[in-house]
Amino acid sequence: MTMPAQTETPTAGRRRRFAALVRKESYQIVRDPSSILIAFVLPMILLFLFGYGVSLDTTQTRIGLVVEQETPLTRDLAAGFQASRYFSVSLGRDRRDFEDDLVLGRLRGIVIIPARFTADHVAGRHPALQVMVDGSDPNTANFVQNYAQATVANWERQQRGQDAGQPPAISVEQRFWFNPELTSRNFLVPGSIAIVMTLVGTLLTSLVVAREWERGTMEAMMATPVSAAELLAGKLLPYFLLGLASMTLCVLLAVFLFGVPFRGSVAALYALSATFLMPALGQGLLISAATKNQFLASQLALISAFLPAFLLSGFLFEINSMPTVIQWITFIVPARYLIPSLQTVFLAGDIWPMFLQSIAVMLLIGCVFFALAARSTRKRIG
Amino acid sequence: MTADEHFVRICGVVKRFGKDAPALDHVDGDILGGRITGLVGPDGAGKTTLIRLMTGLMLPDQGTVAVLGFDTAKDAASIQASIGYMPQRFGLYEDLSVQENLDLYADLRGLPLGERKATYDELLEFTDLKRFTSRLAGKLSGGMKQKLGLACALLRKPRLLLLDEPGVGVDPISRRDLWKMVENLTASGIGVVWSTAYLDEAEACDRVLLLNEGKLLFEGAPAELTGRVADRVFKISGTTGRKREALARYLDADGVVDGVIQGGAIRLVMAPGFTPPATPADTTRSVPQATVAPPRFEDAFIDMLGGGPGGRSKLAEVQTPFANEDGKPVIEAHGLTKRFGDFTAADDISFDIPRGQIFGLLGPNGAGKSTTFKMLCGLLKPSAGEGRVAGFDLRRDAAEARNRLGYMAQKFSLYGDLSVAQNLNFFAGVYGLSGERKRERTRLMVEIFGFGRLLDMSAKDLPLGLKQRLALACAVLHEPEALFLDEPTSGVDPITRREFWTHINGLVEKGVTVLVTTHFMDEAEYCDRISLIYRGRSIALGSPDELKKRVATAACPDPTMEDAFIALVQGSEEKQVAA
Repeated sequence: MTMPAQTETPTAGRRRRFAALVRKESYQIVRDPSSILIAFVLPMILLFLFGYGVSLDTTQTRIGLVVEQETPLTRDLAAGFQASRYFSVSLGRDRRDFEDDLVLGRLRGIVIIPARFTADHVAGRHPALQVMVDGSDPNTANFVQNYAQATVANWERQQRGQDAGQPPAISVEQRFWFNPELTSRNFLVPGSIAIVMTLVGTLLTSLVVAREWERGTMEAMMATPVSAAELLAGKLLPYFLLGLASMTLCVLLAVFLFGVPFRGSVAALYALSATFLMPALGQGLLISAATKNQFLASQLALISAFLPAFLLSGFLFEINSMPTVIQWITFIVPARYLIPSLQTVFLAGDIWPMFLQSIAVMLLIGCVFFALAARSTRKRIG
Repeated sequence: MTADEHFVRICGVVKRFGKDAPALDHVDGDILGGRITGLVGPDGAGKTTLIRLMTGLMLPDQGTVAVLGFDTAKDAASIQASIGYMPQRFGLYEDLSVQENLDLYADLRGLPLGERKATYDELLEFTDLKRFTSRLAGKLSGGMKQKLGLACALLRKPRLLLLDEPGVGVDPISRRDLWKMVENLTASGIGVVWSTAYLDEAEACDRVLLLNEGKLLFEGAPAELTGRVADRVFKISGTTGRKREALARYLDADGVVDGVIQGGAIRLVMAPGFTPPATPADTTRSVPQATVAPPRFEDAFIDMLGGGPGGRSKLAEVQTPFANEDGKPVIEAHGLTKRFGDFTAADDISFDIPRGQIFGLLGPNGAGKSTTFKMLCGLLKPSAGEGRVAGFDLRRDAAEARNRLGYMAQKFSLYGDLSVAQNLNFFAGVYGLSGERKRERTRLMVEIFGFGRLLDMSAKDLPLGLKQRLALACAVLHEPEALFLDEPTSGVDPITRREFWTHINGLVEKGVTVLVTTHFMDEAEYCDRISLIYRGRSIALGSPDELKKRVATAACPDPTMEDAFIALVQGSEEKQVAA
């Protein structure tokens, strides 16, 4: 029997095993259509969806305006509504003209200028308007209500100014910095890059580890001299690079196809993205350590990573307007730190104090995930 | 290094998963160097758990496992540096080519670069994979995958080789090749553990550890085990006519421990001091001849478990007989062909099965058995040819045909999350039973198969043997004329298998017609006729005895079914090469 030949030095062995694992993983990524799908096709679909399909801009919301008693004053107020770029107004004399349209969803709301309006105004009482909105779509309902109020307030200020024979004391003029046209695409597309990296980092990683368990290859690996740390690192590096590649594709599409401005530096973009991949990959590993089955892994990844990145990161919904408890939860969602920073890189430029703070927090969350994953991934089965 | 050195010492090992009965219950045993040790037992006996304990990937709850002098709990890394392990399904990366798989494992095992070329050459030669180095592992046949798995486990020659069910799903020729390779390895002092549920594989091992339900039943040479039934095994030939009925009578006679049908003959294991009953009643004309036969591992295993079940099948007793009026076949296949893209899974397969017969489709996994089978029960549409069940054309009257057949799927496809009662109820509904008949048939099944206490248990929590019984009960609820059994006894313990065949034999006596697929050569002996399926084609058709006779030579006058299979496959390949 031949004895095993002279063993190489431990470091050389470790390096060789690591290189072998990375090579194996890369072959698999390239040859497996599902990883290409998740890393490149899915991001493109998402990006197109946010670039073209989803718009949070509100213009020309259809409302009905009921003027119960026509006076110069009410006509003037009605003209204020008609002039607003936010509303497309149908005029009527009776609320019953519009009730059906509201129920059928043809109108988003009804604004009623009551018969007493002029009398109240003349008498110096605060005149009341009635706004009826379709509560089944709370966002639009809020919007109609707020803008109706704003239109009235605006009109009142003008009235007061005219009465005093002078222009209104203060006129508020809004000016938006960084995204002057308020195009939602400009902040949705950078945000969706965070979603894409969550997909690659967490979903894909947890899937491929679970697949190794299902196919029995993990067991065969573990029975070789390879260590658990090498196994983990050999998985992480390829998916880290894949995540960055996928991000790069998204940024190129964003800038050159959607024309999103890019005012920061490439260094900041990569620093932020690379850091974000730490918690994302860590979470993927943790999920795959907890479940050894692809179906469960994908469900866990979607619920614990994808949905929070979508809903609790400030991507679509303002964090400040969430209930306090939910706001606390958002602090552990890594995307919450990446998305504002990425939006800044795209729309404003490099603001390093902000980036460094985000990077620090993301690293911290990443370390926690890794520590947990390392603790639960030992070279043992069951 | 000396052979017979103790490579593995297992002492008082207990391993438990959850609250179930322990997977391993106080097991002791040794694995020796330079020997093939069979880890033998039905599915769920604890074989895989024991192998994983030896790799150090799992730790025992009690007791110790020492491998090559290292304790698995303390020094798993040293063990993993000197063992080769091939898990079930071979542990290969299917997206990687043969060469890439070898490179990966060579790197992981630290095979020095200088030795690679020679080692690769040797292993590729040894496994006959040289021509396929650039092929993806996922595109290899089962037998080739198995050889590649073995090659990967052998890189950087291990001292101990652990093979978990290497024979599953592989054709008998590859299985024989693999066995020869492993035997060669032991000559150089390597210790080999070969786990298997096939008792014929167990017989060929140098030593065996026989496990059943987590307990070690026997440790030692297989001959030692078979020795306990020496001179108690008889082959009865010359029973005329209905051998199934004769077997049933033998099984109920005094002193019969076990009995099976073997082609035209019957094989009996007698209790010590008993001889086969001379002539069971009404065997007319010729007198059956009893000759002493060499004992097999399975005979001894059953003897050890306290003997097989009797010959009565309550299931058959309540079956309404089907009269054989017209003499027409019940199941017919005419030129059945199925193509998937440019791959022909089943090529021009024809046979017919008269009422009250068992017909077997025999062949390795992937040969086309299941495809043929599925076409005949209307689950797959044939690309060409036609199939009939009880006279109904499967293309035109699939629903009618299906109502007349009972189907027991591979791996007993029951609804795991439904209870036993709910499964019975569901299948009764699916087969269109209702009212009094449904209640009566369900009650009968519960009584016959002894489900009384288990009615509320989830099907997935049942032990394998009971799952199989439940699957059979669900398939026969509606008293089908034709019964389709897909690998019906794979992995179950031999007692459960006997019980199963007692029921099937009884039903067949009542005129039920059976089509069975199996890769179990022993099981083929129960069939009246067999079609050997290999690479999508039927290469031979006949009764077990005819097929065996066809390949008998002077050197091998009494071939087994496996010998016959191998010879017939080789013969058909030679014919193809010649043509």
